[in-house]
Amino acid sequence: MTALLNAVAYDAWVLHALVWLPLVGMAWVLASSEEQAKHVAFRVSTALFVLSLGLWSAFEPGSAELQFASSTPWIDAWGIDYALGLDGLSLVLVLLTTFTMPLAILGSFRYIETKQKGFYALMLLLQTGVVGVFAASDLFLFYVFFELTLVPMYFIVGIWGGERRVYAAVKFFLYTAFGSLLMLVAILYLYVQTRGDLGYASFAFADLAQANLSLNEQLWLFSAFALAFAIKVPVFPLHTWLPDAHVQAPTPGSVVLAAVLLKMGTYGFVRFLLPFFPEAAQHPTVVTVMIVLGVIGIVYAAWVAAVQPDAKKLVAYTSVAHMGFVVVGVFALTVNGLQGAIMVMIAHGVSTGALFLLLGMLYERRHTREIADFGGLGRAAPWLATAFVITALASIGLPGTSGFPGEFLALLGLFETHPVLGVIAATGVIFAAYYMLPMVQRIFFNALDRDENREVEDLSGREIAVLAPLVAAMIVLGVFPNAVFERTEPTVRAVLERVEAAAPAPAVEIGMDTTDTDEEGGR
Amino acid sequence: MASAVVLLAQGGQEVVEGSAAHASFDPLLPGLIVLLPLIGFLVNGALALSHAKKSADAVRVGEEYDPHTGSGGGRDLTHTLPSWIGPGVMLGAFILVLANFARMFGADLHDPVVLEYWTWMATGTLEVSVSLQLDPLSMIMMLVITGVGFLIHVFSVGYMKDDVGYPRYFAYLNLFVFFMLVLVMGANLPLLFVGWEGVGLCSYLLIGFWFGDREKSDAGKKAFIVNRIGDFGFLIAMFLLFTVFGTLDFVAINAGAEASLVYGGAMVTAITLFMLLGASGKSAQIPLYVWLPDAMAGPTPVSALIHAATMVTAGVYLVARTSVLFALSPVGSVTVAGIGAATALFAATIALVQTDIKKVLAYSTVSQLGYMFLGVGVGAYAAGVFHLMTHAFFKALLFLGSGAVIHSMHHAYHATHSHEDAQDMRNMGGLRRYMPWTALFMWIATLAIAGIWPFAGFFSKDEIIWYAGASAVGPFAPLYTVFWVVALAAAMLTAFYMTRMMVMTFHGANRTGEEERGHLHEAPLTMTVPLSILAFLSIFGGWINVPEKIRTSFLGGGGALPMSEWLHDWLDPVVHAAVVVREEALVAAGALAGQEHHYGFLEHAPVGGGELTWALISTLLAAAVVAGTFILGARWAIRPAKESAPLAGVKKLLYDKWYVDEFYDAVVVKPILGTSRFLWRWIDRGIDFVVGGVGGVTKGVGWVGSLVQTGSVNVYAFVLTAGVLVILWFTRF
Amino acid sequence: MNAVLALSAVLFAIGTLGVLVRRNAIIMFLCIELQLNAVNLALVAFSRAHGIDGQIFVFFVMTVAAAEAAVGLAIIIAIFRHYETVDVGSFNLLKW
Repeated sequence: MTALLNAVAYDAWVLHALVWLPLVGMAWVLASSEEQAKHVAFRVSTALFVLSLGLWSAFEPGSAELQFASSTPWIDAWGIDYALGLDGLSLVLVLLTTFTMPLAILGSFRYIETKQKGFYALMLLLQTGVVGVFAASDLFLFYVFFELTLVPMYFIVGIWGGERRVYAAVKFFLYTAFGSLLMLVAILYLYVQTRGDLGYASFAFADLAQANLSLNEQLWLFSAFALAFAIKVPVFPLHTWLPDAHVQAPTPGSVVLAAVLLKMGTYGFVRFLLPFFPEAAQHPTVVTVMIVLGVIGIVYAAWVAAVQPDAKKLVAYTSVAHMGFVVVGVFALTVNGLQGAIMVMIAHGVSTGALFLLLGMLYERRHTREIADFGGLGRAAPWLATAFVITALASIGLPGTSGFPGEFLALLGLFETHPVLGVIAATGVIFAAYYMLPMVQRIFFNALDRDENREVEDLSGREIAVLAPLVAAMIVLGVFPNAVFERTEPTVRAVLERVEAAAPAPAVEIGMDTTDTDEEGGR
Repeated sequence: MASAVVLLAQGGQEVVEGSAAHASFDPLLPGLIVLLPLIGFLVNGALALSHAKKSADAVRVGEEYDPHTGSGGGRDLTHTLPSWIGPGVMLGAFILVLANFARMFGADLHDPVVLEYWTWMATGTLEVSVSLQLDPLSMIMMLVITGVGFLIHVFSVGYMKDDVGYPRYFAYLNLFVFFMLVLVMGANLPLLFVGWEGVGLCSYLLIGFWFGDREKSDAGKKAFIVNRIGDFGFLIAMFLLFTVFGTLDFVAINAGAEASLVYGGAMVTAITLFMLLGASGKSAQIPLYVWLPDAMAGPTPVSALIHAATMVTAGVYLVARTSVLFALSPVGSVTVAGIGAATALFAATIALVQTDIKKVLAYSTVSQLGYMFLGVGVGAYAAGVFHLMTHAFFKALLFLGSGAVIHSMHHAYHATHSHEDAQDMRNMGGLRRYMPWTALFMWIATLAIAGIWPFAGFFSKDEIIWYAGASAVGPFAPLYTVFWVVALAAAMLTAFYMTRMMVMTFHGANRTGEEERGHLHEAPLTMTVPLSILAFLSIFGGWINVPEKIRTSFLGGGGALPMSEWLHDWLDPVVHAAVVVREEALVAAGALAGQEHHYGFLEHAPVGGGELTWALISTLLAAAVVAGTFILGARWAIRPAKESAPLAGVKKLLYDKWYVDEFYDAVVVKPILGTSRFLWRWIDRGIDFVVGGVGGVTKGVGWVGSLVQTGSVNVYAFVLTAGVLVILWFTRF
Repeated sequence: MNAVLALSAVLFAIGTLGVLVRRNAIIMFLCIELQLNAVNLALVAFSRAHGIDGQIFVFFVMTVAAAEAAVGLAIIIAIFRHYETVDVGSFNLLKW
């Protein structure tokens, strides 16, 4: 395998291919006929997934260095490079993306009935954006890709969505654009500052991390970045766009949104907030605020999820709860916490993505998302029920499935530094059962007492092909999570070393009132 | 995955070497023991999926799928294969366990054998590997799980044969055994937790096995959620242990506990109390016992296997496994004992008046689990595990026997299309004439659970009661005295309600109904043979752990009967450290000064009298209660369920289980649901309102601005000109 | 010179007044042309005193005016076809 990869100089071109081939695929989709569009898109994304598999074996696990790295000047005058590269964190997220996209596309074959060419073209455009976000090692390039993802998603929700799609799409767009514009200002400030400190212009992550910033500056920049990413994650109380976007989005839109797009926020936490602003990131107030928000997210979202009549909305809220685990894991600032947070990102991508696919399949059959409209489907569609139950269990973190290692480590990491908050966050495991099981029961168990439900068909071959890889991933990640941990560990350690190297924040001497920080971090 | 399977079958890498003096125990294919039930699950699961497809097709056209006619005309293969695969893998696992058990004799068992397979989670600070631990304690549990489990699998073949979900049933059952084995063989807490939640999952699936019934799937859900409350405690206990030890391996924790934790300190107390929360969830103790009675909604063999013999004893296992921690925390221990004693009595009072045969057994199980907790709480870890084992025998027998009864009753009502309750004892009576063998076996189990000499339950329960009294020393002496009295009282109640159950079921006149009577029948051989084996174990199973004082007295036939204190010695390597910690602490506190004692347990009960005396007293009292109830029971005027008057007063209070469910509903469930709705309706929408407000203000400003935009060219031109003139005016110089 | 500038100013005022008070799109259009030409006149006048630049500007303005005339007349015709009137008071399309 390795020999083969070396023979074709895989390392040199693979990232460029993963970023730009979706655009070629997009052109191909637009050039093909309406009926062929979905097949073309599926073929392209599958080919990309196969291509990306080589990353796993070619990646050197023990190193925190960027691998597959390349850098070409793009806008020389401003020091902007077209620079790509992967470390452990971006590796797993890129793979998550390339793994999810073909399944999301395959899962939309029946759901998307109109304007198929446009839809699949946008899906591939989205893939370019997301892979670019995770692979970029130049902040400007990152920002371009970060914003690029907004456009296709806006149209996917706005054109192929449900009844209130325009409202949801606009809400989604404004929320996220608001955050990222603030971030842009912060990026420019950081850039100017770095240029002054280093004597040359650069947007490279490694250079920006060396900027000499006062604590006060760090806190402001941290707040701007944090706000942008917190909206994306989303962190309570900035989450209200998510349920609407999820409910209105078509199935594949929800899948990609949950599986990948939310991860751009948490990725930003780990990639930028901690290494760029280490003093701000370990400022006690900041840490407390972020963790408290994460804990609130875990408990609050679980409670709100439990009373949703709409199954899709319920799952959307569970996303907020899961992301809460990521937030507390990151700001625990321990190896366990960060490792757990990364694992939760992956696990959530797989299990929640699968849940949205399953709900989409139910919607295609019954044209409703109301939980109360279902009942007893376990008898009419046993395979569907089996897949759903396994996915639900993975989602609530049953040990042996993908959900457990991440949640366990995130909570453990939090507990090491903040025991009381850790205990509160751990109640999330109870409430996970409290929201998920009643839904499973009301959809698949109980009496099969409606004729419409009796007619529900079981999984088709295509649907099995969509779900089987996801279910397999849930089990494999649950049994062998260390394959991920050993690849992300160097990254995590590098980030934490960077945080620890920064002097602990002095108690006073800060120009900016700490209460301001509260509001900034938590707006 | 495939490599892991090979690795498992071959046996992993041994990480703890035995001492050189004795040949350390060399396990035989330990991974395969775990793997066999998993294979059974996978095969049965595949069969179940293909089977379910057919039955779903039948459902779609509004029919009920009949596995006996099947598609090919003959019997459906997906329906017949599980009968062999399900019990087959269990038999294989049981034989392997026996082989390992045999190898353990003569080997040095002081250090557990730990076999590492692969690294599960390694983050740098935390290292958790998938490793199996074989030591005397896990061996006892494995014997019970695979042995009793195998018998229950065989019984299930007869019991579930006609059910549509037959292959699915065996898939779940095999999966359960797999997780249960992981639970007892896992060498660290996270791996134990895998089994812990896994058995909870299987319990959930099997309680709600007939998921089409709302009540049954509700019961499954309740079991899972209540268990998760316990699991939360378990998680916190793990976190605390990690902060102290930096590892979660049993070997390291047990070895380092005395050095790392202060005796009676806040940390160890917190750890044990959180662990107790976890244990009380799984083992159905106050305050989390409420799920177990509801769990009777599952098929009866499931109640026997999961909710009597194995899973519910996991909490006891956990305490015994981490016994050093509990020994280091007197407060933790006394809480365990107190919860156990309270549960034993409380559940027994409810069992007094239940009319559903499985409900009686359910509360009896809760009560007996209380005894086990009492045993491990007072520091008699071996006694607790001993009762766990004998209880597995006689309670499995009782459940399976009740299953045979229900099976027969169900057939009778089914034949006449009656909708009477096949589990209500008021509809039974006189069944010994129709099912003599079942009646005989169940009587054996009843005498065992009631604590009648020389049945198994006598030895195990009496030992717990004795140790409760004998531990009345040190700062919590008065409490232990109370526990001892409570345990004695609960034992009398046990004798009463069990005899009442037997009388109502098997004696007196039959109340099933004229027409139905003819359909009552003895159970088939697949069901009665397992019963007979369990009956044998219920009689003699207690003889493996008889204290010397009793063995040499007339109760042991003056030493002539083949009894020994084997189990006690067998478990010693596991619990020795804990027993010593407890004793040393008592000695250090001067509590034992001038008192005769044996490992820190007094040689007399709180009111005087030795072990033999009290053993005799308790068995005579129990025998008196059994005899009295049996004689009086003959005169009870029991009416069939539909003719019975509703209960009143204390009886109603007990029948309605002290209204604890209603209390929880009002105090926990409803407020949480209400708060959830409030959060959604007000807070979430409130945030949206604020966000929308920001958008609204922007829109409003825009609207005001738009008033100027009339759209008329004339107006624009006029404004333009006026603007130019104004500017010119101001810039005229 | 002054006379020419005065003429230019008068022409421009007439044009402005025409745009403001007339409602017929064609007339308004012609008035705009009048304004442009008034400016042209002024530019030519100034170029006598200040050099060739003004005349170059005039050519530039004439080119733009021609283009504008083409586009403007096309719009007016389109509007007329649609509404069958060229009274600017009867539509407020610029609002949207």
